[in-house]
Amino acid sequence: MAIDADTVRKIAFLSRLKVDDDKIEDTKDEFNKILTWVEELNEVDTDGVEPLVSVNQTNLTMRKDVVTEGNQPEAILANAPLQEYGYFAVPKVIE
Amino acid sequence: MTAMIIETEKNKWEVICGLEIHCQIVSNSKMFSGASTEYGTEPNHNVSFIDAGMPGMLPTLNEECVRQAIKTGLGLNAKINKYSEFSRKNYFYADLPQGYQITQFQYPLVGEGSLEVETEDGSRRTIGIERIHIEQDAGKSIHDLDPSMTFVDLNRAGVGLMEIVTKADFRSPEEAGEFLRKLRSIVRYLGTCDGNMDEGSMRCDVNVSVRKVGETSFRPRSEMKNVNSVRFVMQAIESEAKRHVEVYENGGTIEQETRQFDPASGTSKLMRKKEFAHDYRYFPEPDLLPLVLTDEYIDNIKKEMVELPDAKKARFINELGITAYDAMVLCENREVAEFFEKAAAGHDAKKVANWMMGDFFALLNKDGLSIHESPISAENLGKLVDLITKGVINGKTAKDVFEMMAETGESPEKIVEEKGLKQVTDTAAIEAIIDKIIADNPANVEAYRNGKTGLMGWFVGQVMKASGGKANPAVVNGLLQSRLS
Amino acid sequence: MTDLTKLTIAQALDGLKKKEFSAVELTKDYISQMEKNKYTNAYVLETPEVALNQAEISDKKYADNTPGALEGIPMGIKDLFCTKGIRTTACSHILDGFVPQYESTITQKLLDAGISVLGKLNMDEFAMGGSNETSYYDPVVNPWKAKNSNIDLVPGGSSGGSAAAVAAQMCAGATATDTGGSIRQPSAFCGVTGIKPTYGRCSRYGIVAFASSLDQAGPIGKDVRDCAILLKTMSGHDDKDSTSARVEVPDFEKFLGQNIKGMRIGIPKEYRVEGLNKEVEKYWDEAIAMLKARGAEIVDISLPHTKYALPTYYIIAPAEASANLARYDGIRYGLRVNGEHLDNLYINTRSEGFGKEVKRRIMIGTYVLSAGYYDAYYLKAQRVRRRIVEDFQAAFEKCDLILTPTAPTPAFPIGDKSMQENPITMWLNDVFTVSISLAGLPALSLPIGLTSDGLPLGLQVIGKAFDEGDVFKVASALEEDAKFEGVM
Repeated sequence: MAIDADTVRKIAFLSRLKVDDDKIEDTKDEFNKILTWVEELNEVDTDGVEPLVSVNQTNLTMRKDVVTEGNQPEAILANAPLQEYGYFAVPKVIE
Repeated sequence: MTAMIIETEKNKWEVICGLEIHCQIVSNSKMFSGASTEYGTEPNHNVSFIDAGMPGMLPTLNEECVRQAIKTGLGLNAKINKYSEFSRKNYFYADLPQGYQITQFQYPLVGEGSLEVETEDGSRRTIGIERIHIEQDAGKSIHDLDPSMTFVDLNRAGVGLMEIVTKADFRSPEEAGEFLRKLRSIVRYLGTCDGNMDEGSMRCDVNVSVRKVGETSFRPRSEMKNVNSVRFVMQAIESEAKRHVEVYENGGTIEQETRQFDPASGTSKLMRKKEFAHDYRYFPEPDLLPLVLTDEYIDNIKKEMVELPDAKKARFINELGITAYDAMVLCENREVAEFFEKAAAGHDAKKVANWMMGDFFALLNKDGLSIHESPISAENLGKLVDLITKGVINGKTAKDVFEMMAETGESPEKIVEEKGLKQVTDTAAIEAIIDKIIADNPANVEAYRNGKTGLMGWFVGQVMKASGGKANPAVVNGLLQSRLS
Repeated sequence: MTDLTKLTIAQALDGLKKKEFSAVELTKDYISQMEKNKYTNAYVLETPEVALNQAEISDKKYADNTPGALEGIPMGIKDLFCTKGIRTTACSHILDGFVPQYESTITQKLLDAGISVLGKLNMDEFAMGGSNETSYYDPVVNPWKAKNSNIDLVPGGSSGGSAAAVAAQMCAGATATDTGGSIRQPSAFCGVTGIKPTYGRCSRYGIVAFASSLDQAGPIGKDVRDCAILLKTMSGHDDKDSTSARVEVPDFEKFLGQNIKGMRIGIPKEYRVEGLNKEVEKYWDEAIAMLKARGAEIVDISLPHTKYALPTYYIIAPAEASANLARYDGIRYGLRVNGEHLDNLYINTRSEGFGKEVKRRIMIGTYVLSAGYYDAYYLKAQRVRRRIVEDFQAAFEKCDLILTPTAPTPAFPIGDKSMQENPITMWLNDVFTVSISLAGLPALSLPIGLTSDGLPLGLQVIGKAFDEGDVFKVASALEEDAKFEGVM
């Protein structure tokens, strides 16, 4: 499945990454090389094979409903690039 | 239940609707972290490093959220899936710290179920439940504190949600409204969600489409996000259906799209369409293993289930003999139903129901009280009814006693005793009063005996007045009849 | 006194217990070694004051006779482990200045056992790379050089700083992580020993995530025994990591030197790839002979889906990474490059904050999960992953352990053109290691000998899930026979 320039743009946006216009072609070519390579997998007969979600042999264990964390706004905000009144601050979001 | 049909000159259009309801799960801690779910604290207080999406942080599942969703599923007659999985739903937003929401996609915790709704005209329809999955809530973006910035508070981030998805079974706004009321009542009965739509703990996405009567396939639908009251949901369905019809009749087409319902105008508008906006790239959450439950685990939750509104209603009608309408009203809220049942125990249930539906609810409404805050206890309300039934006080006195109970919280017996309000049924005492009145009013006695029987009311009134309202009216009536004839 | 940095952890613990030297002295020797070998760029943050403070406490504990299992041992910590109050960046620009307010479970366990922390070790950005060249803080220089050459070689990756620091005696041992080979391949390139334990053996809590279903922490040490000692402390169930296993942690050290007679060692034919480096093959054969001489039974096995492991890995790992790295958005921590709107802020921050390889993998991951491609790529890869797991299950019916080379070549020069131009060429470095990661099995790489150019080569001992004990048993036998000598 070869991808085109528009797909590169779409993937870049979904990833929130910038691909400069003059790099679109190169990126596309590189992607197609990689995709051709991974498509080797099509040689493998996987009919009836369940996708493997986890190599763990066990199932999920659950936690008790107890409050054990929180009340540490300083620690939560300690690394914030910008904070105001105890909130994280970002440029205005237009709904 | 009558379907909503929009009739135009050319066609008859049927309204099709499905709902997706996000219910905040009642739990102490968040779904994947040990931070508190408590509301109203300072920003970013009830936040763990996990909720803030800090590097290297991992989710651990809160069992209570699973139990609550299973309870809700059982309350909606739904299949509980012993195998379920968590998935990541990927999108960027300021209040979504991980850049993905942990949710369930392919394998939800709860499968198909159903709920019967009944509208005011008494007709019933069964609405199919598609699934219930559990997921984490996002934080809150606050746009109105600063002209150039949005502020992010993560207190809500990670709180457990159940998303209840119905089938596209609604055919009128009324059905959807009834469903939501009933669902709210059920989750409140179960204590799995507080059901407060205006506070956002229950949020509704509404999917609407229309089709010509007789068509069997569905036309494209529009989805209205976060409609936050039952009334608005009903308005949204109606206005959106009408809009679809108008578009079709004018030769246009409807595309599947997301819209925003504006309660002020009662109409919806297209949400800003973003290029490539929707590609959530769901995949199994590798930080959590599949959730596998045993029959025993689910059975134990079944044992904890409380009686739900429908069952309670049926029992009230069949065993306590109250009317269907009274039962419906009394059962909408679990606390009210339990109050009623307590009040009615050993007393005349029908009369208790009348008192609750009348003076009692009026009292609560007047003072804006919840049933927990009622100054009159269930036991005392039952006793009051008992005093009337046993003829200790009459209906009029009972109203006064009720007022005093509301003011003082005292038991009716005590009030009746202290204020000497006991009804006089002692015929000798009443006869003495009657004798005096006959003696004092010879003209009226004469007139009555000459055929002016309408004066009976006047005599009764005089006797009651003289007894300070305590005389038993039935006894007074009987005695007067015999003495005057 | 002799240079204390020459001592293994086992020897150092012995000396500390006997009070032959103090923890402070030991730490100071490592600090001066760090100074001396700065050219390696193995550390991205040095914390000598922290280490010396901790060493002083350790000396008190020895004085009180209450030392922990690793009391006074100076270690380096891969920069992927969050360390409370100590900058942690995953060697990415996007985590500029990030100081965690929490400690990873593994470093907490090590601290509780008494280590002192010398600093944070260089690595490929977000552990994505096989040469340590994707680090925002410049490449690490391998302490080994080819005979008669001054060309700087890569240490391997992604735990390049960890392997180089251990090889250059800049720490007694190091934490590392392995997603597709990131402990084993750099261990092989730097002539040191490293083990990737079974998936679920060590907690991932507090380790910056790359690919959650594959990431696994482990130690890199000077020898097999040091790895056994370190792994014991690092292992164990953690309530904070839902994927961590509830499995008993044996005393790995007791397996060392045990008789391997009768053990069945599997040799997978698919690893004898055409064009395999002759010297790699020679040492592999020699090791087979050594084990045979000790009475082990050599069994030919087949892992038929081996050639599909790399493409499978390069779908699954980027897919998981694309989601794991979505949190680096410039809002709550790390780099922020402003933009007019929120989306611009995201795009500006992430485009400047992530390096080329990381961006490449995020975009591949995004693509293979996107609507219309999920089944063809991601689901397909998960199905092939099951085939790979089944290969190992079938193989372990016939054998107890598997022996293979760790990497197809010795260390290569920094800036190698073919690797820079074609990412797939670089990814091929992991050809012998990824399938084990996909299957979640334990594997240890130990140095087996030098090429004619004088560069170390490693072999990999692969065990059944949670059978690290047997891995250590056979690795210790090979180590004894190989008599490999370190770089310094």
